[in-house]
Amino acid sequence: MDFEFMQDTFLRLLSGVPLTLNLAFTSVAFGAVFAMLLALMRMSGVKVLDWFARAYVFVFRGSPLLVQIFLIYYGLGQFRPTLQEWGLWTFFREPYWCAILALTLNTAAYASEIIRGGLQSVPHQQVEAARACGMSGFLLFRRIVFPIAVRQALPAYGSELILMVKATSLASIITMMEVTGIAAKLISQTFRAVEVFVVAGVIYLILNFTITRIIMAIEWWLSPHLRRPPAVKPALEAVHV
Amino acid sequence: MSSGVTSVSSQTTPAVSVSNLRKSFGSLEVLKGVSLDAKEGDVISILGASGSGKSTMLRCINMLEVPDSGDIRIGGETIKLKQGRRGMEPADRGQVDRIRSRVAMVFQSFNLWSHMTILENVIEAPVHVQKRPKAECIAEAEELLAKVGIADKRNQYPSHLSGGQQQRAAIARALAMRPNVMLFDEPTSALDPELVGEVLRVMRSLAEEGRTMLVVTHEMGFARDVSNRVVFLHKGVVEEEGPPAEVFGAPKSERFKQFISSHR
Repeated sequence: MDFEFMQDTFLRLLSGVPLTLNLAFTSVAFGAVFAMLLALMRMSGVKVLDWFARAYVFVFRGSPLLVQIFLIYYGLGQFRPTLQEWGLWTFFREPYWCAILALTLNTAAYASEIIRGGLQSVPHQQVEAARACGMSGFLLFRRIVFPIAVRQALPAYGSELILMVKATSLASIITMMEVTGIAAKLISQTFRAVEVFVVAGVIYLILNFTITRIIMAIEWWLSPHLRRPPAVKPALEAVHV
Repeated sequence: MSSGVTSVSSQTTPAVSVSNLRKSFGSLEVLKGVSLDAKEGDVISILGASGSGKSTMLRCINMLEVPDSGDIRIGGETIKLKQGRRGMEPADRGQVDRIRSRVAMVFQSFNLWSHMTILENVIEAPVHVQKRPKAECIAEAEELLAKVGIADKRNQYPSHLSGGQQQRAAIARALAMRPNVMLFDEPTSALDPELVGEVLRVMRSLAEEGRTMLVVTHEMGFARDVSNRVVFLHKGVVEEEGPPAEVFGAPKSERFKQFISSHR
């Protein structure tokens, strides 16, 4: 092992971290909105919406992300005249936006199931108590259903976020120079695959370790009701002594 | 000041009036034409074996269950119903929300919102449904929590409280809406025996304040001593009704006699 080379590689790969995180967080952010829509469609009770959401989840969860990226980046290129006509070519021409689109569509499928699980786990009695107070519609959703669902869904959503950070490595094959893209370039220049990929792996580990910690902190912050109650105040204890 | 007309009408208009209520779940007819009037200040105990329809009747009053037929009037206002695709449904959701904010309900299993502290539970509906100023709601909530004896739990979460404390918090939450009518759906049935007393004491103090209360209960002591009227439901009809001294002293219905003797 050449540690000097690995140190050098580490610094070079670090320059890809902003793009890796950019791809992951942008697509998760867009994907979350879309996933919420899909989950609400699934639960709407309207057959057409329900089946659209089911079919969507089936397709995007059932096919490889790599295939989806290829189809969007290379496949849509074949329809260039049409896309130009519609003014969408400037979007699909950019590998960045193709990667964002593929990752967004993919994470939306997984996340919609996570969100649906969270929404369905909201205890019926608590919803009923809110209705009995005169809450309904968006107020009921915003104040009661959503906050409880988020607390249920957060652990699963955390691992989805980690999966997405790793999935961004696939964007390297459509020329994105994120961590894996830079790693592949370095390997083709140096032929030292082991060192470069070990360093790349370490970088992903550090990223995901940090994300896990942040999610754990959010979970801790959101769930004081699951912890033991704060200890009795010292002043009160003193009375008993 | 309210005009003379209003005060006269509040004497004559029942706080809650239920007439000829019917409700089926599938092929099972749970309510077969139940009628009930509650004047302002009435404390009515609704008794009956499980399956007699007493909870269903209570839940129809604030539209948690929608009756198949019959009228429900709250303070003289009839809840409008219409024929929907799957049975009856409220014709005006806004009306239902408005009425619900004046008719508070206390549930068997407390149903406090698990992600909010006790204080947040109590101020939630006053602030977000009734749109009252938050500071005023907090001040009032603290008074109510002191009144039900859990002022020291204000910043704790429901899961940190005993069942009796949770139910008292739920009563404070109901009171915070300044309701005209309070519905209690078996408020002590989910409690350990030693915790029942603390909840009944709070309910008794509410009755003494002159609040209008409809209480579905198995607590014969409460029905006998606190309520001014007892209604006994059996298989979806009112089988016996009257002041407690009368119905407990000289029950007319054979079934009610059996019911009393089995609940001693």
